[in-house]
Amino acid sequence: MLDDIDRQIIQATQTGLPLTPQPYQAIAEALGLSADELMARLTAMQNDGIIRRIGAVPNHYKLGYRFNGMTVWNIPDEFIDELGQKVGQLDFVSHCYHRPRHPPEWLYNLFAMVHGKSQQAVDAQIQQIAELLGDYNLGCDVLYSSKILKKTGFRSRDVISQKSP
Amino acid sequence: MLSPLHKQLLNDYQHDFPLSARPYQDIAEQLGVSEAAVLAAFNELNDNGFISRIGPVIPPNHIGVSALVAMAVPEAQLQAVADKISAYPEVNHNYEREHRLNLWFVVIANDTEHLHAVIKSIEQDTAFPAMLLPMLDDFFIDLGFKLELNHA
Repeated sequence: MLDDIDRQIIQATQTGLPLTPQPYQAIAEALGLSADELMARLTAMQNDGIIRRIGAVPNHYKLGYRFNGMTVWNIPDEFIDELGQKVGQLDFVSHCYHRPRHPPEWLYNLFAMVHGKSQQAVDAQIQQIAELLGDYNLGCDVLYSSKILKKTGFRSRDVISQKSP
Repeated sequence: MLSPLHKQLLNDYQHDFPLSARPYQDIAEQLGVSEAAVLAAFNELNDNGFISRIGPVIPPNHIGVSALVAMAVPEAQLQAVADKISAYPEVNHNYEREHRLNLWFVVIANDTEHLHAVIKSIEQDTAFPAMLLPMLDDFFIDLGFKLELNHA
């Protein structure tokens, strides 16, 4: 499990590694660690799945992917794992989750975020998901975001500062 | 405009960014350019907002717990309600979406108890019911997002 040092490392890296020749050394110094220990801990957290990947995080919107749709689908529960994994593998899907239904108002249990450079591109992606789901698609909707009211990075500060295992 | 080096950095280093003493030097060697050129290109991507950062990506619910929440708010009150919700430090995304359920936000908290306390507090502050949509399963295999950058 994570200890306090791991949590400090996550917190210190969420705003990004410095763009200096020895970025891990710089973070390690700030935390009072050696660069080797910092890298070993990052490797361990990656092996444990705490860290999914280390890399450049692109800003899709700025790169021209201006059309983002939250597609939601009603899939029979017994098929959601199999079909969810297939949808999650499509290369234009950036998130794919199983979420609970709230009948009668909300019957959708599969959420997939799609990104495209045009409305047509997004429409074609939605069509591709619909074809993949076939008769297992009992209903769907697409919710476009009309306004981003708040968007911050992963906020570990509150989580980390208040809790030690 | 994005140079070929910018595009390579964007597409090839969304994952497997080197965990080494001189990661930018390692990338430079892989691409056959200088470390200074890699650093300059990443600085340009950063300054122009094409990347939000370079660093570890944490999947949801690995640290703390989170839930997507949807609310139906009359258009006239939407901005005021959204502002109240965005003011919570536990709220990290808040989007208006075109639907009867028109306000969608993500709450992240220490644990389930904290999460429910925040949502209850938001319901009391705004006087609108919150529909909770926590993640039950994550089907996404994160290999990075394949960018088509020919016209970016």
